Amino acid sequence: MNHIALKMLMGDKGKYLGIVMGLTFASLIMTQQPAIFLGIMSRTYSFISDVGLPDIWVMDPKVQFVDDIKPLQDTELYRVRGISGVEWAMPMYKGLLKARLFDGRFQTCNVVGLDDATLIGGPPVMLEGKIDDLRRSDSVIVDIDGARDKLGKPSPIPGGKPIPLKIGDSLELNDRRAIVVGIAKVTRTFQSQPVIYTTYSRAKSYAPRERKLLSFVLVKAKKGQDLAELTRRIRETTGLAAYTQEEFKTLSFEYFIHNTGIPINFGTSVLLGFIVGAAIAGQTFYNFTLGNLMQFGVLKAMGTSNWTLLRMILLQAVLVGSIGYGLGVGLTALFGFAMRHTILAFKFPWQLLLFSGAGVSLICVFAAVISIVKVIRLEPAIVFKG
Amino acid sequence: MNPAVRCQNVIKVYDTGGQKVTALNGINLDIAAGELMMLVGPSGCGKTTLISVIAGILDQDEGSCEVFGENLLNMRSRDKLNFRAHNIGFVFQAFNLLPSLNAAENVSVPLIINGMKRVEAERKAITVLEHVGLGERWTSLPSQLSGGQQQRVAIARALVHSPRLIVCDEPTSALDHETGRNVMTLLKDVAMHKDRTLVIVTHDARIFDFADRIAEMDDGHIIKVKDSR
Ligand SMILES: Nc1ncnc2c1ncn2[C@@H]1O[C@H](COP(=O)(O)OP(=O)(O)OP(=O)(O)O)[C@@H](O)[C@H]1O
Ligand SMILES: [Mg+2]
Repeated sequence: MNHIALKMLMGDKGKYLGIVMGLTFASLIMTQQPAIFLGIMSRTYSFISDVGLPDIWVMDPKVQFVDDIKPLQDTELYRVRGISGVEWAMPMYKGLLKARLFDGRFQTCNVVGLDDATLIGGPPVMLEGKIDDLRRSDSVIVDIDGARDKLGKPSPIPGGKPIPLKIGDSLELNDRRAIVVGIAKVTRTFQSQPVIYTTYSRAKSYAPRERKLLSFVLVKAKKGQDLAELTRRIRETTGLAAYTQEEFKTLSFEYFIHNTGIPINFGTSVLLGFIVGAAIAGQTFYNFTLGNLMQFGVLKAMGTSNWTLLRMILLQAVLVGSIGYGLGVGLTALFGFAMRHTILAFKFPWQLLLFSGAGVSLICVFAAVISIVKVIRLEPAIVFKG
Repeated sequence: MNPAVRCQNVIKVYDTGGQKVTALNGINLDIAAGELMMLVGPSGCGKTTLISVIAGILDQDEGSCEVFGENLLNMRSRDKLNFRAHNIGFVFQAFNLLPSLNAAENVSVPLIINGMKRVEAERKAITVLEHVGLGERWTSLPSQLSGGQQQRVAIARALVHSPRLIVCDEPTSALDHETGRNVMTLLKDVAMHKDRTLVIVTHDARIFDFADRIAEMDDGHIIKVKDSR
């Protein structure tokens, strides 16, 4: 009977396509929207991923997320260095500073100051120049997106693309000259400001004079050191907050989850996609069953059991569900691939496959159930009705 | 000898939202094995309702209807399905072939319902299609066949599992006169033999001469049974 069920389904090409398209659309929305959501949310901690190397981040206990800077005194660095189990500890400055561009405009930039000696925590990918060039006086490295856009020189043609900032160009930060020695690729963060890398001591000279300027202490644990144990030790010794890299990512991520409308907004669009997809797919599938009611009636009159009919409908639902799911997920992946070089956020972990798979299954079960109920209630005597 | 079908005081009342329609109002009718019985009568007199009860796809409210000695009303639904699958063949006015199955696949459906393997069922279906003169057309879809050809496929489907009873509702009404007579000739030649009973509902006076007996109905009653042999 399976063979008959499949032929019934695919015999009517138009309806078959309609159902598959409804499910494709539903699974596309249920995969693509969360992927964008996860992409955006991963930007909440992409700076932490970019820095990469340190095991532990030490900061003021009141810090709520990675861009929430509450500076420490420089002496904290030495206290952390003194704790047993610490292989090394490096200072990092992170803060928003106004850069004066060569044409006099001001642009707020995210300035990152790296340990002068080791330059630990630098940009993940250098496109032009080398990180070591930061050892030259007044040198800074800017990120490519900032260089192309916000830090660029205005186009000579009105409305044209700005001319990108290049190596050798200069900016002013707090009345001090900064010369571009490199262009880096950084992972996009939640803030859209250009990112400027420089050394810790130079960053301090760019920043407004304050008693405290140390944003983070980056710590590498000694080999074999238990990280939970070490973070506890750092907390207890210094009274500061210490998080492993993962913990700090989670902290930032959760701050945005709890304090912004992003999850609600995306949740709504995913839910809407689900409802619309379920309605379209459910409706077309149910219509398909309704259209075939006479055929089901004939099978029933000829002695087919409800159980067999139920299996036939389930098979049809599973088939259209799998095809729609495959297409939807495939289109999502294609979409992500096509958008990989754009500003669009997109993250497609395997868990998302389970999520949209469950969603499509739910839709199919729903569509199959209403169809099955209809067919089970069907009186075989309808076969003689014209 | 026991009759193939024995209806005794069969009453069927349709209840549609408070409005009651008595479609069968005390039907008594015996149909013998090997007989071609026609049911005739004005529209709405209960012909379709009666063959539905006889074929076991509709339960009467009162009275009994025994088919080959079995009282279908008392049967468990599983047994009833099996009974239908083995013993009843159906022919419809609108053919009711499955549009996406080809002729051989359509004819094989009753065999598959009875548990036969698909390949074997289709092979058997093709031999039966040969009997109805469509051996060459077994790969055709219903939409590629004329009305008369479709009804011949439907007859092959009604025959393929060798049921003892075949019920037909207006089998010739959708066909022109000549095609209708051809279909009836075919039914009589291929389907009839001493162990098989045909019950045919029809309006079509032009085919009355194929009947062994004609039961005339009116308003839920059988008013006359005419032997035309
Ligand atoms: N499912 C139903 N629900 C309610 N009333 C019905 C139903 N089926 C038939 N009837 C009524 O029962 C009566 C007998 O109907 P039936 O279909 O048996 O007549 P018929 O003799 O086959 O008519 P026709 O020649 O027009 O096919 C009619 O009055 C019809 O309206
Ligand atoms: Mg009728």
